[in-house]
Amino acid sequence: MFHFSNIVRSKGDPAIVEGGPSLKRPQDQLARALGWFSIGLGAMELLAPRRVTETLGMEGSETMVRAFGIREILAGIMSLSVDKNAGLWARVGGDGLDAAALLSGLTSDNPKKGNIALALLMVGGIAMLDYRAAQETKPQRPARTARRRLYPNRSGFPKGLEATRSGAKDLIKHATAGVAS
Amino acid sequence: MKALVWHGKEDIRCDTVTDPEIQDPRDAIIKVTSCAICGSDLHLFHNYIPGMMPGDIMGHETMGEVVEVGSGVDGKLKKGDRIVVPFTIICGECDQCKRGNFSVCETTNRKRHLADKVFGHSTAGLFGYTHLTGGYPGGQAEYLRVPFADATHIKVPAGIPDEQLLFLSDIFPTGWQAAAQCDIVPTDTVAIWGCGPVGQMAIRSAILLGANQVVAIDCLPERLSMAEAAGATTINFETESVLERLQELTDGKGPEKCIDCVGMESHVMATLPDTVLDRAKQMVMLESDRPHVLREMIYVCRPGGIISVPGVYSGFSDKLPMGAFMNKGLTMRTGQTHVNRWTDDLLRRIEEGEIDPSFVITHTVPLNQGPEMYQVFRDKRDSCVKVVLKP
Ligand SMILES: NC(=O)c1ccc[n+]([C@@H]2O[C@H](COP(=O)([O-])OP(=O)(O)OC[C@H]3O[C@@H](n4cnc5c(N)ncnc54)[C@H](O)[C@@H]3O)[C@@H](O)[C@H]2O)c1
Ligand SMILES: [Zn+2]
Ligand SMILES: [Zn+2]
Repeated sequence: MFHFSNIVRSKGDPAIVEGGPSLKRPQDQLARALGWFSIGLGAMELLAPRRVTETLGMEGSETMVRAFGIREILAGIMSLSVDKNAGLWARVGGDGLDAAALLSGLTSDNPKKGNIALALLMVGGIAMLDYRAAQETKPQRPARTARRRLYPNRSGFPKGLEATRSGAKDLIKHATAGVAS
Repeated sequence: MKALVWHGKEDIRCDTVTDPEIQDPRDAIIKVTSCAICGSDLHLFHNYIPGMMPGDIMGHETMGEVVEVGSGVDGKLKKGDRIVVPFTIICGECDQCKRGNFSVCETTNRKRHLADKVFGHSTAGLFGYTHLTGGYPGGQAEYLRVPFADATHIKVPAGIPDEQLLFLSDIFPTGWQAAAQCDIVPTDTVAIWGCGPVGQMAIRSAILLGANQVVAIDCLPERLSMAEAAGATTINFETESVLERLQELTDGKGPEKCIDCVGMESHVMATLPDTVLDRAKQMVMLESDRPHVLREMIYVCRPGGIISVPGVYSGFSDKLPMGAFMNKGLTMRTGQTHVNRWTDDLLRRIEEGEIDPSFVITHTVPLNQGPEMYQVFRDKRDSCVKVVLKP
């Protein structure tokens, strides 16, 4: 089987013959996809805010769109990091802000209200994915109150703690005798 | 053979790979009998240390039996020898090796040009670490090629189980060096941040070197209980103020010696705002490390004291209080461990029953369960402290 990574192996080093299972679960893949989506959307909002406001009939809101772009990019970076769960929850919150901003543009005199409705629908769909990914990638670290095994008998000193301590102190006394005076 | 292979952030797999071969007359091949997962492997698992490539084999705490030797090794090693492999690859001949500064051996990094650019001067080659240190395949595998094998080994006798000897490869000498470079005197209080495997070894080492009081700091009850078992006084940084407790325990003067066994991934907590800021900066690549422990140590250490840093830092750290560091006249000592500088003495201590490093092992599993164990060890699930893998 061809493995791309083998191209860069130093000659003679072990190369992959057959790949084993990955630790990545479907929800990790989903988180990754959402992360990149977030960065892409954010970049568009940041670099071409007018395109966005024109499509939505919300001209004048470019500054807000730019700020939302920065927010999207940061949430995206976080969703791609080891703290993806925090990133995904940040996205869920961001989806709420997006929806609120869109609703504020949904006035009867907005000629593009059809587009806004469509955008709202999209935000709703994405929000559901964000929420699901956030739910399913909860950190696995046990809660502070979780039951734990304790190790009070693992001193690592076969001769016992007291004997070890006094032995070490005697040794130092010998080693430094005459040095200090 | 089977090996644990890095494929990207949080993606380690048990792949089938080709067997290693002798590439140089000074090489040897060992059949691995035991290997372990280290806190340093977690930095790689999180892709915090630059220079990993998909397809790299993990692992730098390894021991086994020599099954093949190159023509340049004979005399020093032979088929059938039982060896522990130090994680630093050493030539034994260069200026640094002659001085015992093995982790900065001038010969063994085969990608020296990269390290020269990044660090100014190259350090030694390391097993199962990044391409900045040679990109040598690691020992979480069934077989391992040991380059410069005539120097890069610790011969161990039969009759002592793997579990007692394996940690001569890294964490035992690492904890020992961390304590040794504190120049401990009998009146000293030694404060140790982090009660992971390295911290546990540092605690025992400080006791064996005769410290008056050892204080151990972490937030995990199981690890604190293990620290207490060796006679340390403990501080839980989630529920107590580290600074206040250390002041109390030292009559308001601060510990003379401080050891950082945490490194670049200090725990992020809302009650420690600097850690949150570090994490945010790390995410957008404005900072590579989270040096909360360094800041705390510099602040709390007694003037004239020593700060010892075995914890791994990868690149750039912000807001280090250099004013306090300088004006208090502190000394900082760091480094990847010069493993072979210490192992003769430490092996003797194991043989004489002074210490049994196997106390730290909480999980032993077959190699193919390695990927899951990375997660268990990282998440501190199931009261995990140290994982040993059996190929
Ligand atoms: N210098 C060397 O040659 C060398 C060798 C081996 C390991 N290391 C490094 O040593 C460090 C520890 O390794 P380990 O295997 O024990 O890892 P580990 O991850 O198991 O242990 C780290 C411990 O630090 C604790 N911690 C986190 N934040 C803390 C804080 N603010 N205060 C106190 N404790 C805190 C964690 O709860 C954990 O128990 C890592 O950085 C590793 O890379 C260095
Ligand atoms: Zn290590
Ligand atoms: Zn050398």
